[in-house]
Amino acid sequence: MNALVSVEKKLPAPVAGVVEGRQFLTFTLGGEMFAIEILNIKEIIEYGSLTTVPMMPEFVRGVINLRGRVVPVIDLSVRFGRKATETTKRTCNVIIEVQAEGETVDIGIVVDAVSEVLEIPTAEIEPAPSFGAKIRADFISGMGKVNGEFVIILGLNKVLSVEEMAMLAGVGTGEASAG
Amino acid sequence: MNLDNALQTFFVESHELLQAMEDALLDIEHSDDPVESVNAIFRAAHTIKGSAGLFGLDGIVAFTHVMESVLDKVRGNDLAIDDGMVALLLSCGDHIKVLLNSLVDGQEQSDPAVFAEGAVLIERLSKYLGASENQIEPATLPQQHETRVEAMGGGFVETDNWHISLHFGRSVLRNGMDPLSFLRYLGTMGRIVGISTLLDAIPPAAEMDHESCYLSFEINFQSDADKAAIEGAFEFVRDDCVIHILPPRSRIADFLELIQNLPEEDMRLGDMLVRCGTLTQKELEEALALQSAGASGNAPESGEEPKRPIGEIVVEAGMVQAPVVEAALEKQKHIKEAKGQENRVIRVDAEKLDNLINLVGELVIAGASASLLSHRSVDVPLQEATSNISRLVEEIRDSALQLRMVQIGETFRRFNRVVRDVSRELGKDIELLISGAETELDKTVVEKIGDPLMHLVRNAMDHGIESAELRQSRGKPAKGTLRLNAYHESGSIVIEVGDDGGGLNRERILKKAIDKGLVSPTQNLSDQEIYMLIFEAGFSTAEQVSNLSGRGVGMDVVRRNIEALRGTCELDSQEGQGSTVRIRLPLTLAIIDGFQIGVGSASYVVPLDMVKECLELSSEERQKAKDHHYINLRGEVLPFVRLRERFSEKGQAGPRENVVVVQYGGQKAGLVVDELMGELQAVIKPLGCLFGNLKGVSGSTILGNGEVALILDVPSLIQQAVNADTQMALSQA
Repeated sequence: MNALVSVEKKLPAPVAGVVEGRQFLTFTLGGEMFAIEILNIKEIIEYGSLTTVPMMPEFVRGVINLRGRVVPVIDLSVRFGRKATETTKRTCNVIIEVQAEGETVDIGIVVDAVSEVLEIPTAEIEPAPSFGAKIRADFISGMGKVNGEFVIILGLNKVLSVEEMAMLAGVGTGEASAG
Repeated sequence: MNLDNALQTFFVESHELLQAMEDALLDIEHSDDPVESVNAIFRAAHTIKGSAGLFGLDGIVAFTHVMESVLDKVRGNDLAIDDGMVALLLSCGDHIKVLLNSLVDGQEQSDPAVFAEGAVLIERLSKYLGASENQIEPATLPQQHETRVEAMGGGFVETDNWHISLHFGRSVLRNGMDPLSFLRYLGTMGRIVGISTLLDAIPPAAEMDHESCYLSFEINFQSDADKAAIEGAFEFVRDDCVIHILPPRSRIADFLELIQNLPEEDMRLGDMLVRCGTLTQKELEEALALQSAGASGNAPESGEEPKRPIGEIVVEAGMVQAPVVEAALEKQKHIKEAKGQENRVIRVDAEKLDNLINLVGELVIAGASASLLSHRSVDVPLQEATSNISRLVEEIRDSALQLRMVQIGETFRRFNRVVRDVSRELGKDIELLISGAETELDKTVVEKIGDPLMHLVRNAMDHGIESAELRQSRGKPAKGTLRLNAYHESGSIVIEVGDDGGGLNRERILKKAIDKGLVSPTQNLSDQEIYMLIFEAGFSTAEQVSNLSGRGVGMDVVRRNIEALRGTCELDSQEGQGSTVRIRLPLTLAIIDGFQIGVGSASYVVPLDMVKECLELSSEERQKAKDHHYINLRGEVLPFVRLRERFSEKGQAGPRENVVVVQYGGQKAGLVVDELMGELQAVIKPLGCLFGNLKGVSGSTILGNGEVALILDVPSLIQQAVNADTQMALSQA
């Protein structure tokens, strides 16, 4: 019985030698350069009208209507413990797919400006320093070398961990109702 | 062609068949045409057995086989169906369900308890089979002996075995069938004495399509089964395969015909037949000699009486047995019926439907923003065009929502069984009357209404309907009646569960409620209000049920379940005449009627059915409300929640503020908002797991201008306000 299935699922072998490094999108946030892997990015949209969700922690900017779907928007700057991102003409929402409770969810992040897409060879990626980057070490998946400078590559599954953020939201509500 | 998919289909179909079987069994007691019901039951059992055999689910095959044998006797009028048998067959159906479910859960081996239960059922079934079995079995072959005397067409083959020639169609694998499982299944009916595989059809490797089946088998098969049973094994591939089944001691001419009919080369096929042991070399030679002499052996039969139906001729020629033809005709009829049903109903993946409805929801929103823009412009033709589009979009939305509607009948019919079982358990004679089964409501609602209904039905039977003696002494018919009814009423669906039992005892409920402190003795309550008390949490506990003639067990749970579906409960009762619980539900959960309000720059939506009234917060009261959070509403104290504070909205309130009076579960409260923006139809969009811990907001919707508005969860907002006050009191103390 199973033989049939395996025959069907046999896929062509991947063509060797194309992918050496991975592609990253770089963007600026509070004057600093960050990178995220491009595979997780769904689209980049203009920062537009947004609905604030009350009783949520500050890093949740609100929700937007993405072609009929309601997508939460996170202010990474606040999430990193800095002050809220100010919106300018170049402010963008980067829509990212993350896994949460076995489902794929879209989450938007606010960035000051997106820069470019570049390929960073695996050899050029250094492990994260244990301190000194001024953001939580587990948010960093690696340090990429670009033109002799280091760029922080964000580990999205930690930065945008839905479980953790939802938990923080729960704490926030608790405080709100206490006060 | 994924086999897992096929297996899933099998589970779904089996469950439907079991349901059909149960319906037919329950029907049989009242039915005018029990024969049709018996046939339906038999068909269901037979199909389950057949499909289970395909998947090699031997446990189910073995069990259903016994059941099928009993049913076959009923069908053949060898056994009369009685109450005991109906009950037994119902339990058998349940057992198959258990077996299926354990397979769904991935347990290949059912646990010993289930197995023991199966054994007991089989034993009870076997009693029906009893001694009569031996009389029936031999009756399947008599025609063969007669034809032997006729001896036409060149003698008989000297073997007692069946010969099966099996040529699988190309698409067998694609259809999710595994040729091997047929052979395996065949093996359960008898012994495969010889088998030879014909590989002629296999093309050169380069041209071979790995999804096509090129196999053919010639099988020499020893079995006591009759031809119908053997044919039944191949029921699922009969359409795309060439299958010839020759009974034991067939005439050589038949083999000759077989050889001629098959696409393979004659000589080669002959060899095959010899090799698998069906024919001896001598017989083959005889056959080939006959072939060269012309196919004279077959001519007389078809030539003599050409007008007779082919089935009859075939039977007479001894090629097939009468039951086989009957079965074939039955099957034909069955296929026709099934085809007719297929045309009326299409099975669609629920996810696809949800997807469509989501898209339509987006279309509604996009359409609304387009018409908003067109109204701002002065272009009249454009306005006309957009309003046309809006109208069409609304129609599309309505019909898309219709797609998710299912009839409530299916849910109602489940209660036939419940009523039957429970009434026996209680020793009461209760009849279930169902009406309005064709009333439609949203699938998601149907799925969730089952449990509350079950509660109500059980309650009505247990506590509502009196014992037969009591009923007679009250001058009522001994047989109690339970009614399930459904109908549409102004945008909602109403489901009624009624009984003709003792009704509720007004005084007792009132007394109990006063004892429990739910109402004060001085309160003046209408009958309706008193009856509603039984839905209050804390009204009933287990002991009260026994000394209270009315209802009691967990009615508050029922109410909570119904309210979770945004529905309401009502209760009518006439002492001594019976009572009726009326459940009112929204037609769909995807769209609500909402009331839009503005706080600061944001808009929120409150479910309209919770809004009682709106009023302006006068400047005088605004002044007073600085210290306390309540106002005087026509002499009543109305506590309120200032949403501006609650949502930590920055900036000062505008010159005017309004109060939206909301009511939920008997509690009234006010929501102070900046702006009242009117009613709207809101397509509910879930907020996702990020907001899972957020209290006070239940979802979101998208407004005509494309912005997101949050839907307020009024009960939890009020609860939060209550908690906050308690905490403040505690911290001050």
